[in-house]
Amino acid sequence: MAESESTCDNGVNVEALLGAREALTDAPDAAQFQWRATCEWKNGTHSNSTVEGYFGLGEEHKHKTTFTFDADHPEVFASEDLGATPVEYMLVGLASCLTAGIAAVAQHREIQLNSVIATLDAGMNIQGILGIDSDVRNGFDGIKVTYKIDADASEDDIKALVAQSQKRSAVYDIITNPTNVTVEVN
Amino acid sequence: MPVATITTVVIGAGHAGLAMSKCLTDRSIDHVVLERGEVANSWRTERWDSLRLLTPNWQSRLPGYGYEGDDPDGYRTMPETIAFIDRYASVISAPVQTNTIVTSVCGNDTGYAVATDQGDWQCRTVVLATGACNIPNVPAVADAVPSQIANLTAAQYRNPDQLDDGGVLVVGASATGTQLAEEIHRSGRPVTLAAGEHIRVPRVYRGRDILWWMDITGVHDERYDEIEDINRARKIPSFQLVGTPQRATLDINALTDIGVNLIGKFASIQDGKAQFSGSLRNLCAMSDLKMNRLLNTFDEWATENGLDDEVEAPHRLPDTTVEDSPPLGMNLTDGRISTILWATGYRPDYSWLDVPVFDRKGQIRHDGGIVDQPGLYLMGMQFLRRRKSALIDGAGDDARDLSDHLVSYLAG
Repeated sequence: MAESESTCDNGVNVEALLGAREALTDAPDAAQFQWRATCEWKNGTHSNSTVEGYFGLGEEHKHKTTFTFDADHPEVFASEDLGATPVEYMLVGLASCLTAGIAAVAQHREIQLNSVIATLDAGMNIQGILGIDSDVRNGFDGIKVTYKIDADASEDDIKALVAQSQKRSAVYDIITNPTNVTVEVN
Repeated sequence: MPVATITTVVIGAGHAGLAMSKCLTDRSIDHVVLERGEVANSWRTERWDSLRLLTPNWQSRLPGYGYEGDDPDGYRTMPETIAFIDRYASVISAPVQTNTIVTSVCGNDTGYAVATDQGDWQCRTVVLATGACNIPNVPAVADAVPSQIANLTAAQYRNPDQLDDGGVLVVGASATGTQLAEEIHRSGRPVTLAAGEHIRVPRVYRGRDILWWMDITGVHDERYDEIEDINRARKIPSFQLVGTPQRATLDINALTDIGVNLIGKFASIQDGKAQFSGSLRNLCAMSDLKMNRLLNTFDEWATENGLDDEVEAPHRLPDTTVEDSPPLGMNLTDGRISTILWATGYRPDYSWLDVPVFDRKGQIRHDGGIVDQPGLYLMGMQFLRRRKSALIDGAGDDARDLSDHLVSYLAG
């Protein structure tokens, strides 16, 4: 590959990503990943979740650190508010996935990012989860993500970054398309 | 039955096989073109009634042949297309053997054995020109469609009279899906269009056909070995285009303007309810951005080539209108939808090709049509050698290149 003259640096190792893409094209088994989390009830609506290991590239991996997440519900739900609400974790997952994608796509397109800030709003009618009205769904009635991006690129090129990031985002796909969920008790 | 011996067997007498035949004749390669039906068989038997070519008349240039009528900017009807290709076969005296179904192609010591229902051939080289659109690509979710709904593919569709009077869900928003959505909706059957990724373009830009721009700016001539990601380029859906005497633009806005109901990509069916992706807004935004990027390159080209005074001023289409919260579900058992029409693309049929040239996705491994097995060639596929490869207008350059390669292969 020719030496790139670009000085664009968003901290994303695009060469490694492109290398992985090429390698995994010919090794579809290694592309099979499995993501895991464990969750333990504490008290009331408070729980503590942990992510540590995952499987991919044909072997087990561990995060450098074990990450833990407290989840609870706020005081208006008569809870103790010891952590973010689970639905807020959904927003965190979506925002961080899209934002990572923007950085990667920008690096690949040689666009220098100066700042990227996403604000997310999601409406929810809690008549659904409270079982008041069966016509109201439990989940969000929609999610609005608003990006404020300062980058060395035209407005349309920035919009194209955000569009491409959605196209390649795992969490965006999980939220916008149905996913089979199997819950068992052992 | 005795085995006939010949240098080259071309399979398929559509525009691609005939263009190859002409190039082989010019290079004194003795060959036969085997055709399962009549010349231009797919055009005769696998198209809906109202279809016109998407390329303007002048843009159907084949080796030693082209348009000579007085409507260069028009779009051929199917009978006109069939007559055009039929006449080409006569003009070039193509050695076509019609009504001959190839049942297998196997490699052997001297080349290839081609078995047909009309006798067998032994040849040194084979050209596969059977087309990219043999089998409708219907997603697995179609199996879950409730039995009271009629399932139809675009290959089976001929005209709206074929359909029950109820609502129609058209799945797919490329050239076929948008054309059929319009025709069926205008027939009085309310249409819902499920749109996945799609490519929007104006039919006419700055007074010239969009495909004139693709041609003149060299986009159609972009080569497979000079493009960044050829696998992706080969999967790009067809332009949302229609060939009409009015040269009208057919995009999602044109469809929603006449009352077509727009929803997201068909995702699944659960308990008789269809579910659609929530990605519609992004797919439409992406399509608008891509279109504007393409038009920007045309504008830059026009300026660089001093054409700004010869064509009309630059213009842009309004963004695609998508309602704030497009529906994500649809009951398929309440009688509102009586037909689902799958306009979800096609794939080739190689069930008769007994040569180990397939990748794990069942596609032929090839380098610009030179198949990964000496003496075997492929024609007429999306972006085979150039962006225009699947068009009638693209067959000529590919046939010239590949027949040159074939000649040098024979010379050893």
